[in-house]
Amino acid sequence: MTNLAGSDYTIEVLYVIAAGLFILSLKWLSSPGTARRGVFAGELGMLLAIVGTLFHKGIVDYRWIAIALVLGSIIGVPLGRVAMTAVPQRTALSHAFGALCVTLVGTAEFYLRAPNVTPFIMGVLSLEVILGSLTFTGSLMAAGKLQEILPQRPITYKGQNFVNLGFLGIAIVLAVMLTLHPERMYLFPAMIIIPLIFGVLMIIPIGGADMPTVISLLNSYAGLSAAAMGFVLDSKLLIVAGALDGASGFILSVNMSKAMNRSFTNVLFGAFGQEQATAATGQEARPVHSATPEEAAAILAAANKVVIVPGYGMAVAQAQHKVRELYDALTKRGVDVTFGIHPVAGRMPGHMNVLLAEADIPYDKLLDMDQVNGDMPQTDVALVIGANDVTNPAARTDASSPIYGMPILDVDKAHTVMVIKRSMNPGFAGIDNPLYYLDNTLMLFGDAKAFVGNIVKELAGNSGGH
Amino acid sequence: MLAAFIGFEVIRRVSPLLHTPLMSLTNALDAIAVVGAIILAGEGKSTLSTVLGTIAIVAATSNIVGGFIITDRMLKMFKASKTPKP
Repeated sequence: MTNLAGSDYTIEVLYVIAAGLFILSLKWLSSPGTARRGVFAGELGMLLAIVGTLFHKGIVDYRWIAIALVLGSIIGVPLGRVAMTAVPQRTALSHAFGALCVTLVGTAEFYLRAPNVTPFIMGVLSLEVILGSLTFTGSLMAAGKLQEILPQRPITYKGQNFVNLGFLGIAIVLAVMLTLHPERMYLFPAMIIIPLIFGVLMIIPIGGADMPTVISLLNSYAGLSAAAMGFVLDSKLLIVAGALDGASGFILSVNMSKAMNRSFTNVLFGAFGQEQATAATGQEARPVHSATPEEAAAILAAANKVVIVPGYGMAVAQAQHKVRELYDALTKRGVDVTFGIHPVAGRMPGHMNVLLAEADIPYDKLLDMDQVNGDMPQTDVALVIGANDVTNPAARTDASSPIYGMPILDVDKAHTVMVIKRSMNPGFAGIDNPLYYLDNTLMLFGDAKAFVGNIVKELAGNSGGH
Repeated sequence: MLAAFIGFEVIRRVSPLLHTPLMSLTNALDAIAVVGAIILAGEGKSTLSTVLGTIAIVAATSNIVGGFIITDRMLKMFKASKTPKP
C-alpha cells in the first residue's frame, strides 16, 4: 500500500515538472536563439509525463499501450518529415488527430461513468466531445482544402449560416439535456454526430485566404477540448497543456482577424463569396505596364533599397529558393534587401517566414508589416511575388471594397512596384487590385519561380550592371 | 485559469516570425492528452474503452512525434545573418 501511495506521489511530481517544462518551452520559443531549447524542454516534459503515466496503478495491461505507442510513432515520423510547403495541411491534420484523441477518450469516459456523472463533469465532458468532434471534421476539411483534394473556393448557399447555427444550437441543447439528465444515455451519440456534421459545414464556406484564421481557431478549439478533458480526468497537467494550446490558438486567431480587419464571426459566417460578385463586375480592361526580366533586372540592380513581398503564390510556385538566389545576387551588389511579410500572407500564421527560412534567408531580414511600412516611401523597388490582397491599396481608399480597412503593405508608396503574377486574373478573393494600374507599377507576367530565375540570370549575366 | 493567464503572457511575446513553429509545438504539447488515453487503454475496464483508448494513443502519439520533429526542423532553418544575439 505504501508503495502504491509512493507511486501516486511520484506521478504527481512528474506531472508538475512536465507542466513547468511546457511553460518554459513556450517561453523559450519567443526568440529564435533559444527556440530549439524550447522544443527540447517540451520533449523532456512529454517524456516525463508519459513515463509517469505508465506507472499509474490502475494499469493492468500494457499490450495495447505498447502497440499503440509504436504505431503512433510510425505514423508520426513521416508527418514530421513533410515538405515545408505542406506545413499548413500537416498542421490541420494534426489538429484533427489531437481532436480525435480527445473525443475518443471523452466517449470512453462517458460510457464508463454514465449514468453516475455529476452535472459538472457531464458539462465539461459535453464541451470536450462537442469541441473535439467539430474540430476533428473541421480540421480534416481544412486539410483537404489545403491539400487541394477539396475545392479551395468557398462554397456558399442561401440560409447557410442559419443551418450551421441550427446544428450548433442542437448540439448545445443536447449537452444541456445530458448535463441535467445523464441517465439519458441515448442522447450521447447524437451529441457527437451533430458537431461532426457542423465541423464539415463550418469549413465549407471558408476560402483559402481565411485559412490562417481558421487554422488558429481550430487550434484553439483543440486546446480547449483538451483542457475540458483535463477537468473530466482531474488532471492538472492536461488542463495546463490544453489551456496553453487554447490560449495560443486564440491569440493567433485574434491576430489574424485583426490583420484582416474582420471579426471572428465575420470570418466564420461571412464568406467572401457573396460580397465579391458586385465588386468584380463593371471592370473593363485597363492598361497596365508590363516589363521583361531584363528590364526588371536592370531596375533592381540600380536600386539601393528593395523590399520583397512574398505571398501564397510564392509557396505554390515553390519559388523560395530562387528568391534566395535573387536576394544573394542583389545583396552582393550592395542593395539593401528586406522582406515585408503580412500577418496573413500564406495559408497559416508565419507560413512565409518558414518558407524563407527554409531557403536560408536570415530571419533578421524578415520584417513584419509595421516595420516595413514606415520605410516604404524610401524604398526604391517593392517586388511583390505571388501576393495580392495584402498589397491592395483599395483597402485604404475604397470604402466599398470588401477588404476596406484591412491593414496592408503599402507597396504603392515605393518608387517602383513590380508585381510577379501569372495573369491579370484577380486573386483568391476575386477582388480587383488597383495597384496593378498605377503608373509606378510594372507587371511581370509569368510563373514566379521561372521569372525570378530569369531575373537572377540577367543579374549574373551583365555583372558590370549599373 | 492560471495556466491560461501565464500562457497568454508567454505566447503574446512570441514574434510573428515563429508563429508556425509555435502552432506545431503547442500542438505537440496538446497531445499530452495521451496520458488519459494510456490509462483508458491500460485499465481495460471495458472493451469499448480499451479500443477507443488504443486508437486515441495512436492519434496522440503521431502528433507528439510528428509535432516535435517538424518544429525542430523548422527552427533549425532560422538563421541570423550575422552572429545571433544571445
